[in-house]
Amino acid sequence: MNEIISGFLTALHLIITLDPGVIEISIRSILISLSSTLIGALIAVPIGATITFSEFTGKRFLVNIIQTLYALPTVLVGLFVFLLISRAGPLGFMRLLFTPEGMVIAQTVLILPILVGLTISALKGLDTTILDTLRSLGATKIQFLRSVVKEARYAIMAAVVLGFGRAISEVGAAIMIGGNIRGHTRVLTTAISLETSMGNLAVSIALGIILLMIALVINLLLAVVQNR
Amino acid sequence: MYSIKNNNLYIIVTSNTFSFTMNCKGFILIGALIISGLLVAGCVDSETQPGVPEELRIATTTSLYDTGLLDHLQPIFEERYNAKLLIVSAGTGKALEYGMRGDVDVMMVHDRAREDTFIAEGHGVERRVIAYNYFVILGPESDPAGIRGTSPEEAFRTLFEQGTAGESGIAFVSRGDESGTHAKEKAIWRSAGYDYATDIQNSGIWYVEAGRGMGETLVMANEKEAYTLSDKGTFLAYKGDLGIVPVVDEGEILLNVYSTMLINPQTHTGIDTDLGKAWINFLISDEAQEEIATFGVSEYGEPLFFPAQGNWERMGVPQSEVTEPVL
Repeated sequence: MNEIISGFLTALHLIITLDPGVIEISIRSILISLSSTLIGALIAVPIGATITFSEFTGKRFLVNIIQTLYALPTVLVGLFVFLLISRAGPLGFMRLLFTPEGMVIAQTVLILPILVGLTISALKGLDTTILDTLRSLGATKIQFLRSVVKEARYAIMAAVVLGFGRAISEVGAAIMIGGNIRGHTRVLTTAISLETSMGNLAVSIALGIILLMIALVINLLLAVVQNR
Repeated sequence: MYSIKNNNLYIIVTSNTFSFTMNCKGFILIGALIISGLLVAGCVDSETQPGVPEELRIATTTSLYDTGLLDHLQPIFEERYNAKLLIVSAGTGKALEYGMRGDVDVMMVHDRAREDTFIAEGHGVERRVIAYNYFVILGPESDPAGIRGTSPEEAFRTLFEQGTAGESGIAFVSRGDESGTHAKEKAIWRSAGYDYATDIQNSGIWYVEAGRGMGETLVMANEKEAYTLSDKGTFLAYKGDLGIVPVVDEGEILLNVYSTMLINPQTHTGIDTDLGKAWINFLISDEAQEEIATFGVSEYGEPLFFPAQGNWERMGVPQSEVTEPVL
């Protein structure tokens, strides 16, 4: 119990004093996870819309596969991306291992299935009269997709929030690809892992609380955007 | 606690992102986020511009990092050579894997046998020995197995006999992660007359394979009131939080030798040889050796590591690996 209480006190102290080290890793966490969420959304929404509104054999099976990948283990993604970008791997020449960009790639891969799958669910939930109206008005394919995505934006936004949550809270891929290098690839989750292995349990709890507060702020901001 | 680098740039980026978020709707939000994504990349690119410190990638065994030793040496080296050290802390097994794939420039490890193989296979060159200390067998203060003061091999034999006989309160927590400490544990079992894979693994619930780092393993052994093997440095750094104490700390086999080496630039492309050599030479210099010798004394009452300098006979390594600078 003592550790939990002193964890809260440490968190308060780190936040009030604006500890530069903590601010630095918090900002890095936010930037990396926002970037991967955004890149992920840009890829996932068009793919999800295309899958939803086209008919082909094996469609249901494809959706099942995508939904299965919600359970993609972060360490497996880390390993996959590691083998891809390690210097001995096919993309090794780009020297992405132990860089923030490498971490963005890994997190994007990690959350893509969720983003695609939930986009499909969001679009499926649309009122069919909207779709019929759009078609009868003679909308082009692009116009059609833009309009339906706009109609389903709240549900898609929820998918994006979930993707961001998974990205910022995962540690397996971040530590494998980033390497937890101080001042370079250390983010909140990998710092928590390190502080725990160094026995600084109060600091770990404090960093965990800060991570949750960041998630809260991001959610509040999105709620503001949604309510306009 | 953490050093700050490129902090200003990151802050500017975020304020941009957030002002965008506040003022614009849905789709434009996405646009702003793309920009932030590109700027993350920009932050990193800026590090390779002229005048910016040269980077050296180091994979290190956890004990040198988690004790704070490298944090202590890093700023001295970075300032002198206008370098930026990118230190990845992992078990020796993983560090060797990074080295084998050419993902780092320099390695710091403590497993002589696997280092020899690594060098023989052409992955590593210019090994230098930088420090040593001793492993300790830790256990509950009450020492239910009664191994206090025995030799490490005898202690392990006693633990095995009592553990497999199912005596209550006898358990051993192993790192179980192919780290240098795990390799040493296997060496002790071998020296005690056991075959690790057939005799020890799966020999009963008394033998626990944690599969974690040293810190987590110490915590686990402490919670289970079990015995474990630890390097002295990590144990001292943790001591305050632990109820388990050293029960066996003498014996030739407990010697723990830390080395550093360069990844072979002939077999791997893009290795930063010059800065890597400078780092190795810095570690064996009088100055760094003095820092290693005194590190932790004021905090823990005794040194966490002993310097390699002048101790090559005790460590059983050639003098050249301790004193000869890399050319």
